[in-house]
Amino acid sequence: MASLRALGALSRVTARRYNVMSGTLCVMYSHFSVRSFVNYEVKEDVAVIRMNDPNSKVNTLSVQMQTEMTEVFNEVLANNAVQSAVLISSKPGCFIAGADINMIQACKTAEEVTKLSQEGQKMFERIENSPKPIVAAINGSCLGGGLETNLGLISSTIYRVATKSKKTVLGTPEVMLGLLPGAGGTQRLPKMVGIPGAFDMMLTGKNIRADKAKKMGLVHQLVDPLGPGLKSPEERTIEYLEEVAIQCAKDIVNKKIALTRKKGLMQKAQDYVLGIEFVRQQIYKTVTGKVMKMSKGLYPAPLKIIETVKAGLEQGPDSGYLAEAQNFGKLAMTSESNALIGLYHGQVACKKNRFGVPERPVKNLAILGAGLMGAGIAQVTVDKGINTILKDTMVDGLSRGQQQVYKGFNDKTKKKTITSFERDSILSSLTGQLDYKGFEKVDMVIEAVFEDLNIKHKVIKEVEAVISPHCIFATNTSALPIKDIAAASKRPEKVIGMHYFSPVDKMQLLEIITTDKTSKDTTASAVAVGLKQGKVIIVVGDGPGFYTTRCLAPMLAEAVRVLQEGVDPKKLDALTTGFGFPVGAATLADEVGIDVAAHVAEDLGKAFGSRFGGGNVEVLKTMVEKGFKGRKSGKGCYVYTPGLKSKDVNPDLEDLLEKYKLAANPSVSSDSDVQFRLVSRFVNEAVMCLQEGILNGPVEGDIGAVFGLGFPPCLGGPFRFVDTFGADKLVEKMRRFEHVYGNQFTPCQLLLDHAKDSNKRFHK
Amino acid sequence: MASMLMNPLRSCPPVNAAWAVQYATRSLSTSVHLHAQVQTKSKKTLAKPGVKNIVLVDGVRTPFLTSGTTYADLMPHDLARAALQGLLHRTSLPKDAVDYVIYGTVIQEVKTSNVAREASLGAGFSDKIPCHTVTMACISSNVAMTTGAGMIAAGQCDAIVAGGVEFMSDVPIRHSRKMRKTMLALNRAKTLGQRLSLIGSIRMAHLTPELPAVAEFSTAETMGHSADRLAAAFGVSRLEQDEFALRSHTLAKQAQDSGLLSDVISFKVPGRDMVSKDNGIRPSSMEQLAKLKPAFIKPHGTVTAANSSFLTDGASAVLIMSEEKALAMGYKPKAYLRDFVYVSQDPKDQLLLGPTYGTPKVLERAGLTMNDIDVFEFHEAFAGQIMANLKAMDSDWFAQTYMGRKTKVGTPPMEKFNLWGGSLSLGHPFGATGCRLVTTVAHRLQKEGGQYGLVAACAAGGQGHAMVIEAYPQ
Repeated sequence: MASLRALGALSRVTARRYNVMSGTLCVMYSHFSVRSFVNYEVKEDVAVIRMNDPNSKVNTLSVQMQTEMTEVFNEVLANNAVQSAVLISSKPGCFIAGADINMIQACKTAEEVTKLSQEGQKMFERIENSPKPIVAAINGSCLGGGLETNLGLISSTIYRVATKSKKTVLGTPEVMLGLLPGAGGTQRLPKMVGIPGAFDMMLTGKNIRADKAKKMGLVHQLVDPLGPGLKSPEERTIEYLEEVAIQCAKDIVNKKIALTRKKGLMQKAQDYVLGIEFVRQQIYKTVTGKVMKMSKGLYPAPLKIIETVKAGLEQGPDSGYLAEAQNFGKLAMTSESNALIGLYHGQVACKKNRFGVPERPVKNLAILGAGLMGAGIAQVTVDKGINTILKDTMVDGLSRGQQQVYKGFNDKTKKKTITSFERDSILSSLTGQLDYKGFEKVDMVIEAVFEDLNIKHKVIKEVEAVISPHCIFATNTSALPIKDIAAASKRPEKVIGMHYFSPVDKMQLLEIITTDKTSKDTTASAVAVGLKQGKVIIVVGDGPGFYTTRCLAPMLAEAVRVLQEGVDPKKLDALTTGFGFPVGAATLADEVGIDVAAHVAEDLGKAFGSRFGGGNVEVLKTMVEKGFKGRKSGKGCYVYTPGLKSKDVNPDLEDLLEKYKLAANPSVSSDSDVQFRLVSRFVNEAVMCLQEGILNGPVEGDIGAVFGLGFPPCLGGPFRFVDTFGADKLVEKMRRFEHVYGNQFTPCQLLLDHAKDSNKRFHK
Repeated sequence: MASMLMNPLRSCPPVNAAWAVQYATRSLSTSVHLHAQVQTKSKKTLAKPGVKNIVLVDGVRTPFLTSGTTYADLMPHDLARAALQGLLHRTSLPKDAVDYVIYGTVIQEVKTSNVAREASLGAGFSDKIPCHTVTMACISSNVAMTTGAGMIAAGQCDAIVAGGVEFMSDVPIRHSRKMRKTMLALNRAKTLGQRLSLIGSIRMAHLTPELPAVAEFSTAETMGHSADRLAAAFGVSRLEQDEFALRSHTLAKQAQDSGLLSDVISFKVPGRDMVSKDNGIRPSSMEQLAKLKPAFIKPHGTVTAANSSFLTDGASAVLIMSEEKALAMGYKPKAYLRDFVYVSQDPKDQLLLGPTYGTPKVLERAGLTMNDIDVFEFHEAFAGQIMANLKAMDSDWFAQTYMGRKTKVGTPPMEKFNLWGGSLSLGHPFGATGCRLVTTVAHRLQKEGGQYGLVAACAAGGQGHAMVIEAYPQ
């Protein structure tokens, strides 16, 4: 490292000598320094500053990047031959993807993080005050610190050019990691896009595409991505972007381009209104209200963002920047941020195929059953260049399924994310049929037929008669053990479970279940298909309920008991969402389907015995008998009226629950106790899955619980929750519940081990 | 299709005389040099045993006029009729001597959707001659000709009239879909009440008209925009484009002045003057061209109104026969129509690369090389498109990566290339350009004494065409 620095210093000396020469001779020259992250080259009188992290596919604002950037900027500013500068990334598809998360995680105290933030602020301030115009040329993601680099250039010296590619997105996603834009973003963004726009960006963390960014004023000029020419499209597009940016830089110096945008009438009106303090106060109030409603106060970052923006607007920039740095430091130390960053890393890990490249890629795929699931799977498959067959046994079912797929893509057309032509050409890869025609060419079959072992056996036999030997048979089931299904197969090494979550196009998780006999190549192929479908994937061992269903079942059993004890569904929902679940337990049961829940409860009850007891299964069964199957039947715990968003508690449910009424034990029935009764059973079962080897590791356990079941993201998943909350404290609570309810609350061995030794942690 | 924004150019003062003269001398000297050269051809003739020789007897066209000028009040079939009558007059063809008439067109007038039939009847051809209309964007009349050639080759016909017409002074502008739906429902309404309620359902928004799309349907991108991106992809500069545009106008002017454009017939437009010259040829100066702002990609694009082809009205017609028939009728044919190909590629990023894909393919079919070709006539949609194609044809990397070929085909030498102007200067009536290209090759082969000519063109939809033409022995 030291030698690297020395080289850097050396190169600076050389650079200066060059400058003198070029200054006197007025020749065009170019110069490469030896820095490894940031380099610059002078083209005529424009300095082209290129960022390129040599150790990664994307650029991040690491310490090294910041140091070199500051060095380069100082040189560029000092260089008399340079009139203006262009800032560009050499990475295709990435400008700066954000700050280096590891850099923040390496800090031990809030003060250290605050200092980091202040250094970032300072660097951007220097850029902001640059007397030489700077053009930022953006191709690919420009997120977090990347956007702030640009915002740093918000003053009269900056001009932003972006490619109109689908990969080019701008945004401040820090809130999703429990942080805030800590390098001046909270202060500069409101000035640039207005207070409401800034709040929208910072509180949702959403990505903004280039054309929208232009409308908002985040970007000044757009450049179209190019097709093939004398070089590859990607390479030539970056070159072209650089050419356009250099021309812009020259035009700014020559005053051909004015940097101040003319404000429209609407903009002026908005500025005027927002100039009134009373209006601003109302905005803070409304935004805070919305945040509280959405987050239940469980996430500190959005509130800190509002506070920081307010500090800057009401007390001036100095207080604003200070508040930003301090709040950034505080947030970085919160367990919520730690949990969200853990999920981020986990998600990245679960987007990789640890089973290697499959022997043959799946190009033709068939789905059996055009129900909600089958059609959903078809929808996420057909647009990934895979020829998809959707097979059902009935014309009506098939037609409904095809309509569902069509609607999925047509909605995208309406939102203008794809054109009607793209929709049509995507759908041309989908074949709806009632027979097994063409199955001999299929590389993988995913069955999504009714959850009944006999039907699954019948299907597997029928399919194996028509498919070729290499074809994989994947079964989409939420509870039936895969080995039981595979029992009917002639080639169990080709049988695997692929558990999708409904609605398939919205839910990110895919749980892949392997049996002892499933071959590694079959697994690799299933993971490859899942990744193509855009899923976050966990691969788990076989067993009743696998991982996700097995964790959910005891929690739902407990929820039924809570209902039987006289807590009404609305209260139950409030308790679960209050703990951080995005959907309440009663609503979740309705969404999953009461019949499915009853089915699962009964199956798993048989498999695991009394540990899966709690609420009476008869409650669910009776509900199904009465037709209260949940949202799909219009009635479940709630009554659903089409077109109405609000829902009322199903009045018939009360009578039904009256019949199965249980006396609540007041010693374990406080709100907090009810919450922990629900959560501890979930968590204990998750830990037991790890103990039994169903789970590969705690990371997959956390990802599966959060992305598949909605376990509170702010807690980071059941395993991180145990780490943060303390296994000993959890065990203590469980022992208290165990005393009242018995073995349903007996902590598993692994959890007890962790309770005994506080050094034992699931995440390091 | 082409630039809708030609108007700025119209304000440019025409002709930088000095430059034009300079250019003229230069190209004259090269053509003299050409004649002196003795070329050895890969093949003596492209005639194949057992395949009928198909000949171009003659070809004519109406003057190509900028849309909205003298032809403004006509209809498409009027223009096509003028071309057909011109052909009849030029060839003294008996009105019942052809077996079939085929026309190509792009923007169809709804009233005359089979414009071939209406024009043929109007031109006085026998009503016993069947006619049909084809469309394939800017290569529509090429399709008309090759369809005819196919009919002759198959022994179905002996003599065919093929042609093309485009009339951009008037295009079908429709009511909105909602309005159309209401109007159609109104037709079926039985009671006054139903009618009134339908009329009452009409909103202001329903009255917004629907213009014919200038954008590619599959990509929603206008052709000029795509041309600008193509030029950028191949690193074609604004200067190169302006130079090529100026070359086209200069050469066209020179050809017009020296009477080389003999395919143009005079046309007495009803109620207006006699028209006998193309009116879009305007040699300007590089300084004037440099002043124009980009027309599609703003502010940094390079395609302007001046280096794009402009909206044009015009029609063309050719008489194609089997060689025996032509000789039997006492004609002296001008050229053989030989091998041809149609190609197609990605309509987004390679929309206008038809010539690059078509040229090597047709040469291979004919067993010729670039060196065998004496006359090149490429359709000039945009100067940037031509320059991009030339660069693509000169790139081994492109040939290997995108065309699956081992090597590049090579660039046509500029001293053989579009020497009498092109679509940029003469104008580009979409449906009619193909016949102009073929007739020009035949005329240039006669004039310059060459043997083989090559026509190549790009078309919307990412398609293209190329054809080899052999001079008829003098």
